[in-house]
Amino acid sequence: MTDERVKELGFAQKLLMRPEMGAFCGVILVLIFFLLIAADNGMFNPDGIQNWSVVSAQFAIIAVGACLLMIAGEFDLSVGSMIGFSGMVLAIASLHFGLPVWVGILLAFVLSMALGAFNGFLVIKTGLPSFIVTLAFLYILRGLTIFMSVTTTNKTILSGMKPLAEEDWLAPFFGGEAFQGFFQWMGNMGWIETYTRGIFEGQPVVSGVPALIFWAVGLVIFAQFLLTRTPFGNWIFAAGGDAHAAAYAGIPVKRVKILMFMFTAFCACVFAMCQVTEFGSAGADRGLLKEFEAIICVVIGGALLTGGYGSVIGAGLGAIMFGVVQQGLFFSGAESSLFRVFLGGLLLIAVITNTYIRRRVIGAGD
Amino acid sequence: MTSADPTSDTPPPEESAGEATDPPASPAGPVSPPPAAEGPTAPPADPAESPAHLLELDNIKKHFGSVIALDGVSFDLRPGECHCLLGDNGAGKSTFIKTMSGVHQPTEGQIRFAGEPVVFHNPHDAIQRGIATVYQDLGMIPLMSVSRNFFMGNEPRKRWLGIPVFDHATANRITMEEMNRMGIQLRSADQAVGTLSGGERQTVAIARAVYFGAKILILDEPTSALGVRQTSNVLATIDKVRKQGIGVVFISHNIRHAIAVGDRFTVLNRGRTLGTARRGEITEGELQDMMAGGKELAVLDSSLGGTI
Repeated sequence: MTDERVKELGFAQKLLMRPEMGAFCGVILVLIFFLLIAADNGMFNPDGIQNWSVVSAQFAIIAVGACLLMIAGEFDLSVGSMIGFSGMVLAIASLHFGLPVWVGILLAFVLSMALGAFNGFLVIKTGLPSFIVTLAFLYILRGLTIFMSVTTTNKTILSGMKPLAEEDWLAPFFGGEAFQGFFQWMGNMGWIETYTRGIFEGQPVVSGVPALIFWAVGLVIFAQFLLTRTPFGNWIFAAGGDAHAAAYAGIPVKRVKILMFMFTAFCACVFAMCQVTEFGSAGADRGLLKEFEAIICVVIGGALLTGGYGSVIGAGLGAIMFGVVQQGLFFSGAESSLFRVFLGGLLLIAVITNTYIRRRVIGAGD
Repeated sequence: MTSADPTSDTPPPEESAGEATDPPASPAGPVSPPPAAEGPTAPPADPAESPAHLLELDNIKKHFGSVIALDGVSFDLRPGECHCLLGDNGAGKSTFIKTMSGVHQPTEGQIRFAGEPVVFHNPHDAIQRGIATVYQDLGMIPLMSVSRNFFMGNEPRKRWLGIPVFDHATANRITMEEMNRMGIQLRSADQAVGTLSGGERQTVAIARAVYFGAKILILDEPTSALGVRQTSNVLATIDKVRKQGIGVVFISHNIRHAIAVGDRFTVLNRGRTLGTARRGEITEGELQDMMAGGKELAVLDSSLGGTI
């Protein structure tokens, strides 16, 4: 069955052709870098690790949605506005109208996913680039969110969600922590530091694993499974690779794309729900620039901006890299403006590398 | 999927007239051959004479507003035959194959599938009957692997913890088998389609259509963008497909490619059929003249045996 004329690819060469390889190396590099320069400042103490892993998890949640959507051939620039909007929906519903928190959470999910579907519907119906359609939504949604919060509550920041969220049955799935007993036990055993003063005296500095991290890991696993192991995943690749060819093969391209817009909105809403229930406040300006950060994570993760190629694991690794660098520069006391310089540079390197990898994949470089 | 019923139809009238005056020079074999033999070295029995038609299109007219794209084109196809549709640009080849594959509905005329009149409302109707079209752009996605392309829209499934998942092992195995059968050695089924040559991609598209039960394969200019060696590979693929009993409609404006593999040749010009000739009844030069505009029509009329 095999043909001796066909060159066998080495294991290393196969690895190099995987889309997430660049992000994987990047994560290793930045971890080593900050281990060398920021470990003394507590970056790799338990609370330091929690700090950057929560930030990374936030990036990962929105990157997962952006990743599947980008592989399906579309962008959503309204992710940031969607975060502000759905957080505000929850806060207004429970603080202003006195609805139970779980009702507010469900309402936020329903509204944001409906808006996601509408976004997708507009892109499909008009045939315009999703870049333009969702750019319009970036402004429309942000404006509506501020308008909604000012006209109902006269404020743009609503706080006081924390006590409500703690009593609710659904909110802890977004703002809660897991394994608190285990961490307390580790604190008691002296394996992790405990607070020595104040109201938290005796409690470990890391009191548990935030729900955000479970959401991030869960969404990455779910989306990677969906993309690589199911027939629907093949449809996502095909819809982004060549929508005409996919439609000709009988794939419901429009449905696939609209579902991916809805999934992106779902991820944005998860982000907002975690943020509001954990920190206890919602702001109409929340989520600013998140759409670009999500896209950067996805591109660092090896996805092509033109669609049809990418990896959810890669996007997750991109999010870790992003979080480690952002918090690492903070821990090492570097000027924070440098972070943006670094980010821009990273994005450029990622895009150039991806273009090279694509040439390898389709063999044009051989 | 509906299958062609070989016993269903009476022989078409125009054929009996044509064969009665058949010139003796035909190298294509005996007049009433058995169904196409699959022997590796035996020359193909002449499928152009097998009695049952897979597909017949009678006097097809297609108007787009005031534009007359097709003005009475007739065409028929038998199992295991390669029927070449020749014509210069603008002759109506594309419109005609789109009518055959359900993209366009004829303004006038009848389509019969295995003897029964049918109406294709959309491409899906035609695909349901086993009419597969491989267009020039192939419908392949370069960044996706060969097996993902092969099973695009028809993914094999297996249950994993009760969830239907993409059965990659089966997909890869079938892809390798089908490509081997067409004479293409893949490095692996995971290889991106973009790494294949144009001819190999064409073969993947053909193998895919055949695997998913095509009885009629419409190939739209499959060799127009290929080099000499790749062209001969694609022509060899067409020959393999034909020997499986599939009817092939081969659209080309390259007469040498058509002559190399065709059993019959129909020339279109300005929306009309200039005639149908069988292999051996017509020379390359005569076909060329016909395609060029029918200037030599009177001369050809005799050599075509009155089939115009």
